[in-house]
Amino acid sequence: MKEWIARVARQREFMIFVIVAVVAVAMTFSSPHFLTTGNILALLLGLSIEAIVVVAMTNLMVSGGFDMSVGSVLAFTSATTATFLRMGMPVVFAVLIGLSFGAIIGLINGFFVAKVGLNPFVTTLSGLSLYRGLTLIITGGQNLAGLPHSFRAIGQPRFFGVQTPIIIALVLIVLGDLLLRNSRFFRQFYYIGGNEKAARLSGIRVDRLKMLSYVLTGLFAAVAGVVMTSRLGAASVTAGTGMELRVITAVIIGGASLQGGEGSVLGSFLGILLMGLILNALNLLGVSVYWQTFVVGATLLTAVVIDRLGKLKNEGQLVLPRFRLARKTTQ
Amino acid sequence: MADYILEARGMVKTFPGVRALDGVDLQLKTGEVHALVGENGAGKSTLMLTLGAIHKPDAGTILIDGRPVSLASPHDANVQGISIVFQELSLVPSLSIAENVFANRQPVNRFGMLDRKKLQRDTSDMLKLFELDCLDPSTLVKDLSISNQQVVEILKAMSVNPKVLILDEPTSSLTETEVEQLFVNIKRLKQQRGISFIYISHHLAEVFRIADSVTVLRDGRKVCDAAVKDIDEEFLITNMVGRKIDNMYGVRAPADAIGDVLFEARNISRGDDFKNVSFSVHSGEIVGFSGLVGAGRTEVGRAIFGAEPIESGELYMDGKPLSIRRPQDAIARRVGYLSEDRKSQGLFLNFSIKANLIANHLSDFTGNTPFIQESKVNEFSRARVKDYRIVSRSVDQELKFLSGGNQQKVLVGAWFGINPRLLIVDEPTRGVDVGAKSEIYALLRNLARQGVGIIMISSDLMEILGVSDRIVVMQSGRIVGQIDGKDATEEKVIAMAAGSLSADGGCEE
Repeated sequence: MKEWIARVARQREFMIFVIVAVVAVAMTFSSPHFLTTGNILALLLGLSIEAIVVVAMTNLMVSGGFDMSVGSVLAFTSATTATFLRMGMPVVFAVLIGLSFGAIIGLINGFFVAKVGLNPFVTTLSGLSLYRGLTLIITGGQNLAGLPHSFRAIGQPRFFGVQTPIIIALVLIVLGDLLLRNSRFFRQFYYIGGNEKAARLSGIRVDRLKMLSYVLTGLFAAVAGVVMTSRLGAASVTAGTGMELRVITAVIIGGASLQGGEGSVLGSFLGILLMGLILNALNLLGVSVYWQTFVVGATLLTAVVIDRLGKLKNEGQLVLPRFRLARKTTQ
Repeated sequence: MADYILEARGMVKTFPGVRALDGVDLQLKTGEVHALVGENGAGKSTLMLTLGAIHKPDAGTILIDGRPVSLASPHDANVQGISIVFQELSLVPSLSIAENVFANRQPVNRFGMLDRKKLQRDTSDMLKLFELDCLDPSTLVKDLSISNQQVVEILKAMSVNPKVLILDEPTSSLTETEVEQLFVNIKRLKQQRGISFIYISHHLAEVFRIADSVTVLRDGRKVCDAAVKDIDEEFLITNMVGRKIDNMYGVRAPADAIGDVLFEARNISRGDDFKNVSFSVHSGEIVGFSGLVGAGRTEVGRAIFGAEPIESGELYMDGKPLSIRRPQDAIARRVGYLSEDRKSQGLFLNFSIKANLIANHLSDFTGNTPFIQESKVNEFSRARVKDYRIVSRSVDQELKFLSGGNQQKVLVGAWFGINPRLLIVDEPTRGVDVGAKSEIYALLRNLARQGVGIIMISSDLMEILGVSDRIVVMQSGRIVGQIDGKDATEEKVIAMAAGSLSADGGCEE
């Protein structure tokens, strides 16, 4: 039991959980508005769209990949789905077509990375412009409103007072964490991120799985796009702008690295929760909104510095002054 | 003039949980080559890094020319005349020879810009030292052969005019002729420049070829030092390991009969890599693949495993055609391949021992569910760690914290884990110390005893001769001879491997 506690305490998730808890407790005492159902739901709803994307991005980054195009894919899916709906296509078909666009874009990204051997950053950076550009072309830069009432059933109802985007995000997070953590199939992504060559020689179908990880990322960005469009009742051409950076930031705060091989969905979710919480706190405390972006940067830097120090200490490269003092007294 | 150009007294260095150096003394005479030997983890590297001021010792004195010196940084060590040639090449492949040799010390003109003419000239002067003035100093390092890259590495260390040059396993990536060239260079520097060397090596044979004296380390302590002319290899092994090793290469009991033909390759070819290669492996047999580096042995091994394609020819298992297109096909047919490069291709260094042990057969740990069952993984991993005597804190320890020998045992354990029928092992003991070597040989022999066929690719001739039941010799992508293990001698194998090829010199580019 003691061993189990020590193991949990060493996990990155635990560290972030503690920070989240500390911030939450501090906020409860600092602001009477914090611990209210309304505020907590608003907080979760605000981050639910990005939380959906975080699930697939974690899987992708565990495998050593990277996707800068998710925000644009979200907008593109949103625009195409809305366009088909306005043409009178049944909701189910419009949504399925929108989702398959996301998956196809993921397949294109994955093909260039895994088969052609392009750098993931460069490939998806092109995607960032390509699909935002396509969105602008098909919408003519106009937001698309006037969507059928039945489409709103995806993002607007509440169950027990909780909005559906929150429920969808939480279900995907729990499912994603379980699969990535324990399933044989998804564990293969860790091996690919840990050492691609060794993974290949271990009989893991590296190229195929890498493509799949991009397909999933595209698909999840599309899901986020559909949920968001339904929630707002309109497709916005600027939807998801800058989202890729917030999502990647959350995944890294949650314990993943750009090299791959580490990270978990739970950690990433706690990462995005922490960022949402801090922004919420700044709002409630009346701090100028201009500070928000700054604080996100500071949080990311702090998280990776703490992580780095922990690793150095493990490897015995970080010699803290007190070690030397202790030795002098014994000699 | 002091007796010793470099002397270290009572060096102590502790890492959390490990006393890497425990009062080590080292004495280096002027103009000698002093070998430093010991098993992995004996403290050789730590001592070297301490002398180079990359690690700061907890206690101990370093004397240069009899004067105590305090080395605060690698730069200090350079100024005092100590320079290290690292095992892993520290060159920038995309820069020229000249810019690598004078990295960060390039001559500049009065505007602070690179003085390219002087840079070229100085580098040419240094290349002359190794009779490599045929090389243009502006050649990019990536276009050089490995041995010439190593010369550049040595020149880089030489550019600070050292009195003492420390070489860390300099031959680990060199072919036999390149090793010969390195030794010529060492002797030249010793005689012409009076430079003293500390030579760290796993290959005891090299100690006898190049060193004048030797210090043996074990578990962070100095065991003994000696003049090389007074000792033999057995003396070194006994002192390194702390016990006598009989039958280093394991023995085949008379009862271990070699069975029927298990695996056969017929006329497999791929471009210039290998041509019309045919051979068979019987069950219970260890077939050694010998030959020079680049003879095509690794290519054949990887092709059989499906890591690289075969253009023509067939494979057979139990007399039936064997179709392998990728590694997972091979694993499904219980054919394993243990890569020659465990760090970059074999292992997941940032992952735990257990994650590495199960990597190539994850589905054995799921039962009938999609999920990996932690208890099965732990049970399997703990048994392997115990069986193979993998020295570690727990199965959760990350692999990068293990010694080379223990890492290799994890790799062996992972491949034994697929219950192979045919196992291809490529350089199974590269960079592994004597004790772990003999354990790995015993494991391989034990596996063969259970009826597995083993193909052992190795550049270590003593290992080929000691372990193989049959030896296949390759040269330039073809099999040039096969010889029964009992009849094989060093001379016969070398004669086949070298064939009519002439030794290549340093200026082949």
